Order: sequence, then C-alpha cells, then structure tokens
Amino acid sequence: MIRVVLPAHLRTLARVNGEVTLEVKGKVTQRAVLDALEARYPMLRGTIRDHVTLKRRAFVRFFGCEQDLSHESPDTPLPDAVAMGIEPFLIVGAMAGG
Amino acid sequence: MSGIRMLVGTKKGAFILTSDGNRKQWTVNGPLFAGWELYHLKGSPADPNRLYASQTSSWFGQVVQRSDDGGKTWTPPGTKPEDLMSPDGMPKGESNMFLYDTSAETGKPLTTHQHYDGSQRPWEFKRVWHLEPSLTDPDTVYAGAEDAALFKSTDGGKTWKELAGLRSAKGQLWQPGAGGMCLHTIVLDKVHPDRIFVAISAAGTFRSDDGGKTWKPTNKGLVSKYELPDPDAEVGHCVHCITMHPSRPNVLYMQKHWDVMRSDDAGESWREISGNLPSDFGFPIAVHAHEPNTVYVVPIKSDSEHYPPEGKLRVYRSRTGGDEWEALTKGLPQQDCYVNILRDAMAVDQLDPCGIYFGTTGGQVYASSNAGDSWTAIVRDLPPVLSIEVQTLP
Repeated sequence: MIRVVLPAHLRTLARVNGEVTLEVKGKVTQRAVLDALEARYPMLRGTIRDHVTLKRRAFVRFFGCEQDLSHESPDTPLPDAVAMGIEPFLIVGAMAGG
Repeated sequence: MSGIRMLVGTKKGAFILTSDGNRKQWTVNGPLFAGWELYHLKGSPADPNRLYASQTSSWFGQVVQRSDDGGKTWTPPGTKPEDLMSPDGMPKGESNMFLYDTSAETGKPLTTHQHYDGSQRPWEFKRVWHLEPSLTDPDTVYAGAEDAALFKSTDGGKTWKELAGLRSAKGQLWQPGAGGMCLHTIVLDKVHPDRIFVAISAAGTFRSDDGGKTWKPTNKGLVSKYELPDPDAEVGHCVHCITMHPSRPNVLYMQKHWDVMRSDDAGESWREISGNLPSDFGFPIAVHAHEPNTVYVVPIKSDSEHYPPEGKLRVYRSRTGGDEWEALTKGLPQQDCYVNILRDAMAVDQLDPCGIYFGTTGGQVYASSNAGDSWTAIVRDLPPVLSIEVQTLP
C-alpha cells in the first residue's frame, strides 16, 4: 500500500484524518498515485493538478524520502521506500504567502 | 416569526449569521472552510435550504460547495456518501471543473482576450467570483468566473457548461482590470425569464435575451475618458456592480469605477446619477427591497485610495432613484476609518422596514434594520469580508 500525506486543507476537503493509504497497481509513479488518490477521493480532482493537463498546480509540491520530486516526470518511478510503503508520498502546499 | 440568515464570505472562510425577525440579537457561526477564500455564497430563491459557495485557494484552486440543509452540512456536489456508492460508479469529481468552450458547434467562441500589454492571451480559469442560483429551480445555478466567462449548471453544481456566446460579444477586446478580468455580477429577471445581465471588470455590462445563448454589450452612455478615449467604445468599461429591483426590471443601477449610473431601458442606455455624492467611486450598489427608487452606495475616496473620504464611513441613500443623496452615518465610525467595502459585500433583506447589511475589509459586518437610518456592528473582527448575501426566511 502506498502512504500519502495530504496538506491540512485537502484532508478537510477529503474528510480524512492522518495519512491516506492507496493500492496502486503496476509501476508506482506520481501519475499512478495521483490517479488512485483522485479515484478514491474525487473531491480532490483539480486541487492538486489541473483537470485537463494534469500538470501540478503551481503552489503544490511533492516530496518523498526527503527529496523534492515536484519537477520529476509524472511517469518516473517513485523511490523504492515510497513504493513499498515504508516512507509516505508527501503532497505539500508551498510554504509562501498567507 | 421570520428570520434572517446572512451568508458572509471572507478571505479566510465563511460565516453564517442568523437572527430572528427583530434583527437585534445575532448568532455567528463559523468559520466554515477555514483558511480558504470564500468569494461568494448564495441561497436558492426556490429553496432557501439550498446554498452554493465558491471556495478558492491560490494553492488548491477552485472548489464548489453545496448545502441542502441551510448551511448545517456542506459537500462538493456529487461527493456525498451515497454518490460515492452510486451504481453508476465513482463520480468524476467535476463540480470544480470550469472548462472554456472551444467547440465549433456552440458559436465558435473566441479563445483569446486582450492582455495588459495589448497582446492576445488565451482564457485561463482562475476562480469563481459569483454564484447566482436560478429564481425557479434549485438545481440550476450560474457561475461568474475569472477569466471572465459565464458558466451554468443544471444538476446542482455537479457539472458546468460555459455559455460561450458571451465571449463572442467583442471578447477579444476585453482586458483585465486591477482586480483581474472577472465576471462578478449576474442579475436574473423574473419578469423576462430568458433575460440575463452580467457585469465584467474591465469589459462592461452585457445582456442576453435568450437564456444566455447570445449576448450584446450594453454600455452606451458610460464614460471612462482616461481609460477609454473613444467615447463610443462598446466594451472596456470598468463596471463594479449592477443591481435591479425585481418589480422594475428595465431599471438598472450601476456603481462604475467612477460614476454611479442608471438605465431605464434594460441597459440600452445609461445616464449618470452621481449628483451630490462626495465621491462617485465605489464598489457595491443595492436597492431597497420595497422601494425601487431607493438606492444605496458607499463612496470610496478614489481608485488609488480605497477607503472612505475623510476617514468617515458613510452609506449614501437616494430616495429619488439617484442624483440626490443623503449621508447615513448613525452608528458608523466617523473618524479614522480606512476600510473598503467590496462589490459583493452589501445586501438587503425582504422585511419591513427593509434591512440593509454590508461587510468591510476590516472584518466588520454592519446592519441596519430601518432602511439605513441607523447602524450597528453585528461582528467586528472577521477576516476581510468579500461578500454578503441575505436570506429572509419564513
């Protein structure tokens, strides 16, 4: 199972507490994780990435294993520790502004 | 006894203020959607328990929320537990999907507008400024968007379709004002059900007589001599707000960037009614619930100094449909007041005497239960108020 940590506002929107766990079939990539997340929590569509282009929203960042994965290709495999559920995939609101 | 439910959108959440018909004691509930910008909330005239809210964030974009119980509970349309277990499968999560229509079938809408530098830029959705529920159907609601466009939902906000004919009304000449290129005002007409008025910054007002399929600019008589040297410019006027009394749908009142204006022919022509106002710059404009000739504005010093002239917060009332205005000051701060009142932040109730309400960028919500003769602050320390709507409940 993949562990995903959402920012506080999106946890509220999705009505979840703490981490979300998702089953991801096949290669574990950003795209696969976000597809699974949005399928389980459709109210999150459009809040992390654009509805149509599927590009990451400007002030949202992705982290895993203490690495900034925001600029990685959405089809690049995530770190093994994330893929194995040892470390969470972090979705973070960029820390700037109010 | 009747009651009042006030829906307050702020920079950091929504608040619901309630009172009985005496309008003396108020209960403040909130914040709802804490930390998000709530540009606008509004109830359905056909079902007062059906509320819609525009929730936005620079980080996470647009969310539409809906309540079916008068604001006690909210969900993005289509994501209630029963929707998630629907035999049709999981919902698509489209209640916040506002796609500009680029199809050839529906009028070949323009795909670019003018940018600040004179270049053409593609339309790009940013947020919903205003939600206007249908006068007759709780599931039908209109959304005014930035970049300026009008969207319509007929399924309670689950999905949205652009009324793209609006952008064909010289859309290539529209350009953003300082607040962005936003469609901020939607006025529906119960006498002419197919008629819709909208106002856009900084494009002007537009009218449709066929339910939103086709549109025309309705800006004749507006003067913006510094911004628009062409006195006959059909679009490009920075309209801040328009309003109408439902019993007299051909009469519109407008607070423009500068100038307070009036039309007696459904927007075909406009004339200035600023009269003796201390400043004719401002944002909101409202009309009394029972007196179609009684109009309210809140003068602001200028476009470069967005606060009341002389630091005195004054609502101005005209009982003559404009031109002659009186200052309403009782209960309002008359020194050292430097707040602003935004375009959607003033509303009236339907009681007699008429109540009028407005919110400030300083977080105060002021109420008058006597048509503006005197005012009290219901609450003083909310986040900056973006919008106020009032429901008069049976």
